[in-house]
Amino acid sequence: MHAPKRALALSLTLLWACLSHAWAGSPVVAAAADLKFALEQVAAGFKAQGGGEVRLVFGSSGNLYRQILQGAPFGLFLSADEGFAVQLADAGMTQDRGVLYGVGRIGILVPPGGPLKADAELKGLAQALADGQVQRFAIANPEHAPYGQRAEEALRHAGLWDAIKGRLVFGENVAQAAQFALSGSAQGGVVAYSLALSPALAKQGDFALIPADWHAPLRQRMVLLAGADEATRAFYDHLQGPAARAVMERFGFILPDAP
Amino acid sequence: MDWPALSLSLQLALATMLVLLPLGVWAGRTLAWGRFRGKALLEALLALPLVLPPTVLGFYLLVAMGGGSALGHWYQSITGHTLAFSFEGLLIASVLFNLPFAIQPMQRSFEAIALEVREAALCCGMSRWRILRRIELPLAWPGILSAMVLTFAHTLGEFGVVLMVGGSIPGETKTIAIAIYDRVQAFDTAAAGRMSAVLLGISLAAIGLSYLIRPSPGRVQHG
Repeated sequence: MHAPKRALALSLTLLWACLSHAWAGSPVVAAAADLKFALEQVAAGFKAQGGGEVRLVFGSSGNLYRQILQGAPFGLFLSADEGFAVQLADAGMTQDRGVLYGVGRIGILVPPGGPLKADAELKGLAQALADGQVQRFAIANPEHAPYGQRAEEALRHAGLWDAIKGRLVFGENVAQAAQFALSGSAQGGVVAYSLALSPALAKQGDFALIPADWHAPLRQRMVLLAGADEATRAFYDHLQGPAARAVMERFGFILPDAP
Repeated sequence: MDWPALSLSLQLALATMLVLLPLGVWAGRTLAWGRFRGKALLEALLALPLVLPPTVLGFYLLVAMGGGSALGHWYQSITGHTLAFSFEGLLIASVLFNLPFAIQPMQRSFEAIALEVREAALCCGMSRWRILRRIELPLAWPGILSAMVLTFAHTLGEFGVVLMVGGSIPGETKTIAIAIYDRVQAFDTAAAGRMSAVLLGISLAAIGLSYLIRPSPGRVQHG
């Protein structure tokens, strides 16, 4: 009776070991969803330089902010809006007041061949709305996603908010809004420039930048959180280095002056 | 294909099964044969996760396990990290939402064991532990197996609770179901499709197995 039991215990232990991964302890970085593609490239560059593995968690800045307040074990937080980062610093949950790492832009993203044309002044959107050709239009949730708030401001500035309000679908974050915009079930959306520049998206949709003065600037700040270790700090430094800045510039971020 | 996420899901499913196996056998036997006040209420409570929206369970767990709660605070003072956004937190959530899936099939199969069989065993002078091992468990095994299979498959697929209390950390709380959601947002339809196909296959195999081992109506066991 004992041998099979021991064999079972052993095989369970072995199975458990096989399923376990060797990256426990590597830095966990919480990042705004507009960084989805850019930050993956930065992390790959960091790893290639011998900096080690970095675990990336993407979401809307507001949601990540809430999770950090609730004790999520992140070491570094890259917010799409500096407000959230500063609030964490004021709450004493960070090691510093952070660094501005880029200014983001928004624009209109439409699937090719649809009724909407992408143009900077949103004239195509206004026309399509007047013609009743827009059933669904995607933005990130303005309640907790900075890119959603800026999309709302831009649509208000264009005088389209009241007409489009009832037709909006809200992504949990700006990456989901982009996915909705190109899903074929919506006629378009207002999303982050950095996402539209990613290879995965660029070939699937047409994009036009909305004038930067139509909305409050997306000043994106990152902060080192209270529990951050040496490896996290190394990634934080790497993000401020020339290689990472070059990647951010390629993804359409306006860079702050070199620190 | 996000292998770490699949591994993590399998680990979570395995751990949930290991916790619920003894718990389910004990609870299933107690509910099958016990007569006590408030039994109906207890059964209703244990069945609640069947109808409760996962986000409701997730919300309460987040509140109960967060750094502000007594449990969360106590756990943090011992381990140094919060229960929410950790594998252990997911395991607790997973055990809770699987309670009905584990207990109900076991309870049904214990109920099907005739009273005379257990009385005969007692009369023969067998100890309670021996009766459990030699009589009850062998008779109830289809229900136990079916409970474990359902628990396993259900854990792999759970999304709402995991999204709310997990935080999607690779290698710790990013399960395969979350990874699919994540890949769709990253416009990686190919990977999402592959992972969905794997989950579809596993779920189909699990549900098929649970129907296969269900005793057919023609074969009623008489002691």
